[in-house]
Amino acid sequence: MSTPQKVKQLVILSGKGGTGKTSLTAALAHLASQSQPHIDALLVDADVDAANLQIIINPITSEKHAFQGSSIAKIDPQLCIGCGMCAKVCRYDAVHPSIENEGVYIVDPIACDGCAACVYACPQNAIQMIVQQEGEWFHSQTRYSDLFHAELFPGGENSGKLVTTIKQHARLHAEDHHIPLVIIDGPPGIGCPVISASAGVDLGLIVTEPSVAGIHDLKRIYATLQHFKIPTLLVINKADLYPQGCREIEEFASAQHISIVGQMPYEPLTPKAMLQGKPVTAAFPDAPISRELQKIWERIAAKLAVEEV
Amino acid sequence: MNILITVQNPEIKSNVDPKFGRTPWFLKVNTDTKEWEAVANSAVHHSGGAGVAAAQFAIDQKVQAVISGDFGPNASSALRNASIKMIRFSPDVLTGEDALNKFLEGALEEFA
Amino acid sequence: MKPVKPIRIAVASGKGGTGKTTIATSLALSLADHTSVNFLDCDVEAPNAHLLLKPQFNAHQQAVTRIPEVLPDKCNLCGKCVEVCQFHALAKIGQKILVFPQLCHGCGSCTWNCPQEAIREKENPIGELQAGSAQSGAIRFAQGLLTIAEPMPTPIIRQLKKWQVLQDDAVTILDSPPGASCSVVETLRGSDFAILVTEPTPFGLHDLKQIVGILHDLKIPAGVVINRDGIGEPIIEEYLLQKNIPILMRIPFSSIYAAGIAAGKTLVEIEPDLKKNFLKLYDHIKQASGGEKSA
Repeated sequence: MSTPQKVKQLVILSGKGGTGKTSLTAALAHLASQSQPHIDALLVDADVDAANLQIIINPITSEKHAFQGSSIAKIDPQLCIGCGMCAKVCRYDAVHPSIENEGVYIVDPIACDGCAACVYACPQNAIQMIVQQEGEWFHSQTRYSDLFHAELFPGGENSGKLVTTIKQHARLHAEDHHIPLVIIDGPPGIGCPVISASAGVDLGLIVTEPSVAGIHDLKRIYATLQHFKIPTLLVINKADLYPQGCREIEEFASAQHISIVGQMPYEPLTPKAMLQGKPVTAAFPDAPISRELQKIWERIAAKLAVEEV
Repeated sequence: MNILITVQNPEIKSNVDPKFGRTPWFLKVNTDTKEWEAVANSAVHHSGGAGVAAAQFAIDQKVQAVISGDFGPNASSALRNASIKMIRFSPDVLTGEDALNKFLEGALEEFA
Repeated sequence: MKPVKPIRIAVASGKGGTGKTTIATSLALSLADHTSVNFLDCDVEAPNAHLLLKPQFNAHQQAVTRIPEVLPDKCNLCGKCVEVCQFHALAKIGQKILVFPQLCHGCGSCTWNCPQEAIREKENPIGELQAGSAQSGAIRFAQGLLTIAEPMPTPIIRQLKKWQVLQDDAVTILDSPPGASCSVVETLRGSDFAILVTEPTPFGLHDLKQIVGILHDLKIPAGVVINRDGIGEPIIEEYLLQKNIPILMRIPFSSIYAAGIAAGKTLVEIEPDLKKNFLKLYDHIKQASGGEKSA
């Protein structure tokens, strides 16, 4: 029996939103499942406040869990004497005199940061911290692989914590079931949920587009991955949009020694595949983008040296 | 001396876990007698601060060294301040037992 | 002249890449022909508007959080600070209290609660605020930039919105980050109207619903711009009818627009005729948000 191999994790990021991370992730999941020899992969949708991966891989949920985020302060109007110490210590402009209930103070749950400074400041012990459910996370089965995903309730904080939660469960599931590869569909930006999605991964794949905005944000997400010492590959999507932009990206990649593993043309069939609820490689396997995606998958698998089951 | 090793299951022959803060289990090993016990990592459920909580555990257990794959910035700061050595697995370490043997041979490197 | 309340218009989307910055900058440029405009790029993780509006930057300020510093001479290691911190940003390790700046929310609670007054706060830089002028001074531009590897954008957005460099009697346009989490809420809070930019695809619709949820909680009126109209199916319209949210503008998909925007041109540079559409959009917003006193 071969020695057990470590689970490898691949995260797909972009910096700029809308470059095609989710469409690419779904395509990789499809292509991995078709690989000869077969490669088992597990999916994580880490874009928890805009979780779109499920739209094109149709998960059937087998487990659902509440996600408890931070707590929110609640003032008991019976105990409140209206001294205003709570408002005085609050740095988030979250405590105000109540309009409905004269003489007492009230917490704005949207503005509240959960710091509990008011709890400690209140001379009447009139304030309690109430844990909030900020979202849900799920373990589901799709036609290609299992999926760990989540929905953060609109406006939720703690997206980083939710990403960490689903990644952790995915990793442990992969270890238990000897699944060699976890593919993580990352969020846009470079902040906390991106950092959580990238923590401890073996490879980062940046999906960029050849626009001035795309190139600007490529540099920021690349700098972020460099900071965390994550090896990085690059894919250019909508490559025919602006050839000069492509050349700039190629120069940047060359100067930074980043491998470009593919350049995909703009594909008008992508929204149609979305409407069919399928990855573009499954809906339109002969489209130019699908042929390029096959090559991209093979190059990534080689870089990860993921062994067959 | 006493050390901690991060593992996936509560067993010396279990595969090691690469992440200090988020490991499911710690093996606490007495390197003189080679006796070991497994303790679940409660920090694994924390949001931010898992590394800190795991470091706190190591401090409370009064170990002199921790062997794992990777230490995040918060955990490494805490462990450094507590003068607890951080040791990294080498690529050929697969199980807790491998980690212990390699450590005793002096074949493992310190985490920078 | 009728007094005009300086209204705050946020441009958001839910889904990334639908064209928020495209719409926000074109609205700003269309208005700048007639009135003073403030433009705030609140996407502090990946700000792009400056690439299109090309402001001359002339003001900078550090964006900071306030983090605790424990004074070892006064600290008796009682651990009260560790107890009150809700975010595990303080820990008692050996004979020291350690602070973890990236977990700290800057709430000040530990400082308030230290019985020995052994904690003072110091500034922890997490990014930069930058301001300048565009369109010969008609647009006052400001953006925030989160330092690489810093996790929290919201304190920068908060500081950006309060920064004194902005004009007082101008219309303010806020370009929001993508998504529907706390940085978007921070951008939207206090706005008089939200323009939601979407694309006619299932991803666009799904994420639009998230942002509509936030606006409902914040009680901010909204209108939708459908960008890249024609690439998918008219699935957005049905949802908007249900929610009673108006469609204020449609911009058809055009590879000419796409190429021009990729090259760093604004939509109204590529198609100056659209300026009148943006002015109509603004008129609707003024009425919907009660921005103008009635005749």
